[in-house]
Amino acid sequence: MKNFKQIFKEAENAITGIAAAPGIVIAKVYLFTKEKLEINEGDITNVEEAKNNLTEALSKSKKELNKVFAIAKEKMEGKRAAIFEAQMMILDDPILLGNINSRIEKEKKQPEYIVNDEISKYQSLMALAHEAYMNDRANDIEDIKNRIIRNLQKKRWVSKIKNDMIVVSDSLTPADTILLSRCNVKGFVTDHGGLTSHAAIISRSLNIPAVVGTHNATRHIQDNDTIIIDGFHGFVFVNPNEEQIEFYNAKLEKLIGLQKSLEELKDQPAKTVDGKEIQLMANVDVTGEIDLVVTNDAKGIGLYRTEQIIEELGEIPSEDEQVKIYSNLSTRIYPKPLVIRAFDIGGDKFKFLDFTEPNPFLGLRGIRLLLENEKMFRSQIRAVLRASINKNIQFMLPMISTVREIKHSITLINECKNELKHEKINYDKDFKIGIMIEVPSAALLTYELACLVDFISIGTNDLIQYLMAVDRGNDLVSDLYQEFHPAVIRTLSHIVKEAKKAKKPVSLCGEMAADTLAIPLLVGLGLTNLSISPTTIPYAKRIIRSISYEKAKILGEDCYASATVGEVTEKLEKFFRDNSITRTRNII
Amino acid sequence: MIEQTVKIINKAGLHTRPAATLVKLAAKYKCEFFIAKDGLNINAKSIIGVMTLAAEMGSELVLTFNGDDEKEAAAEILDYFNRGFDEL
Repeated sequence: MKNFKQIFKEAENAITGIAAAPGIVIAKVYLFTKEKLEINEGDITNVEEAKNNLTEALSKSKKELNKVFAIAKEKMEGKRAAIFEAQMMILDDPILLGNINSRIEKEKKQPEYIVNDEISKYQSLMALAHEAYMNDRANDIEDIKNRIIRNLQKKRWVSKIKNDMIVVSDSLTPADTILLSRCNVKGFVTDHGGLTSHAAIISRSLNIPAVVGTHNATRHIQDNDTIIIDGFHGFVFVNPNEEQIEFYNAKLEKLIGLQKSLEELKDQPAKTVDGKEIQLMANVDVTGEIDLVVTNDAKGIGLYRTEQIIEELGEIPSEDEQVKIYSNLSTRIYPKPLVIRAFDIGGDKFKFLDFTEPNPFLGLRGIRLLLENEKMFRSQIRAVLRASINKNIQFMLPMISTVREIKHSITLINECKNELKHEKINYDKDFKIGIMIEVPSAALLTYELACLVDFISIGTNDLIQYLMAVDRGNDLVSDLYQEFHPAVIRTLSHIVKEAKKAKKPVSLCGEMAADTLAIPLLVGLGLTNLSISPTTIPYAKRIIRSISYEKAKILGEDCYASATVGEVTEKLEKFFRDNSITRTRNII
Repeated sequence: MIEQTVKIINKAGLHTRPAATLVKLAAKYKCEFFIAKDGLNINAKSIIGVMTLAAEMGSELVLTFNGDDEKEAAAEILDYFNRGFDEL
């Protein structure tokens, strides 16, 4: 049989991208394009269904606005708050909704068309007025109109997705990804994004293959095409020929074989050949992932990204709702630890405030936003404390860059503890608090910061982008997002050493550890606790069990002294060759 | 039916905040409540409708109330106009 190189060389139907989630799948395509707001004027047959869809879209829009409002109102001056309120009222406007519903009944057209037509009438009236501010007002209305239409269209799109399809899209928001994952999607291909994009992270969570950053997949792939995703190499084959299908069917068989052999490692420790044990923990994004955490024998949950709850619910969960979610996870994983990270909102994750920050990654996000929204932060702290009675919950603060932020947070946590004491509610008296080191200034100050808390965790996704000054979502520069840049390696090494000096445990919870090539390096730098997607744990374990800690340390020193990414990658690959460790992608 | 002409007396005019308050006041009553200006007659129980009115300081509006509780509605709403939407 032909080898991979030959197959790929002869292929005229191949699209290349970034291998974002391992696996191979052959399935039909659903093209999910949402770049422009195109109104469907089509006729409908079921009036009741259309009206129900409208009601759902309105309540979804309300939830979204409430979410924005809850966060933004503390920061908003009167005028913008009033616009929010008016937008909310529009979603309940009896006259407007009466007109829309009766037109749906009479004209039997798609609700999105009627919503657009009806609201646009008011907008043209506003635009007709001579006063300049009326134009602004028409724009405010535009926003709510588009929100309703978007929610109606999502409903229409999702209803079109048949189960077991591959979703091909320009890019996917966290909300899209979660929405789509409910349709038993078989894989994702996107034009934009990298290893740390939402589609990539969620795909690894859900254990489905993904290729991202293809630049032009949506232009070369049509609805209902059959494609092959090779999530190990980052290739997509459009309408594959017999030979390609045969080749990949054979690979699939090997993959099943590999997975079986990995299953045998399940009860084995992640120990190097010379006896150094590495704790492999799991990152959890969606609560449903807990099953994968358990089956893959994670040593705990090293990072629970709570902001995903907001994505799943579409609103900020109440204190009681949070207690339920956290307690449930804590019980499921007990007695292993559960590290809950406070809502890491801002940056690319949410567009919470109604104004656009010119530099959201350098703006109000993580701990900065939490401290500005004390009410929300307090309710999360209380929920985490209340859920901590199993004594296996730890709390982690994101995006710390100053001592003040830690002290301020600890004050709030202590205040919440006192409240609970007064209310006679139990919590873990030895409750551990940690911080994420993901900003260069915090990395340099690791010793001083670590002294103030119980543990630290390195978030490589953000650390790399801030060190390299590269927006990981920007295709024009994303190739400068280099996890193996010597500056990254030196920073990691510095953090580990300083944390040890402060006698505080340190772990690493970024996507960097999802790349098996990085594992000997991370172990060599002295990291003994890695938190990765649960599905990648068996792959990482296989590598750890075949390396020597002593040799990895030398590799770490070698890489530390390198000047370029090329040198580092070469050394890493050589390490694999010299120690006869086969990379996962080369096994199958 | 009660018909009454009112003048906008606050500096910012009938902007979004008073528009929302007006609609909320109107919702408390059963009677119909319409606002007319420049040939446009708007059902004041509709926020999006009221927002189409460009009513700056000094402009005149005709309010009509029609229904069981029209007296009470007119009294409260006229008072809100006369207070300059609490922005004086």
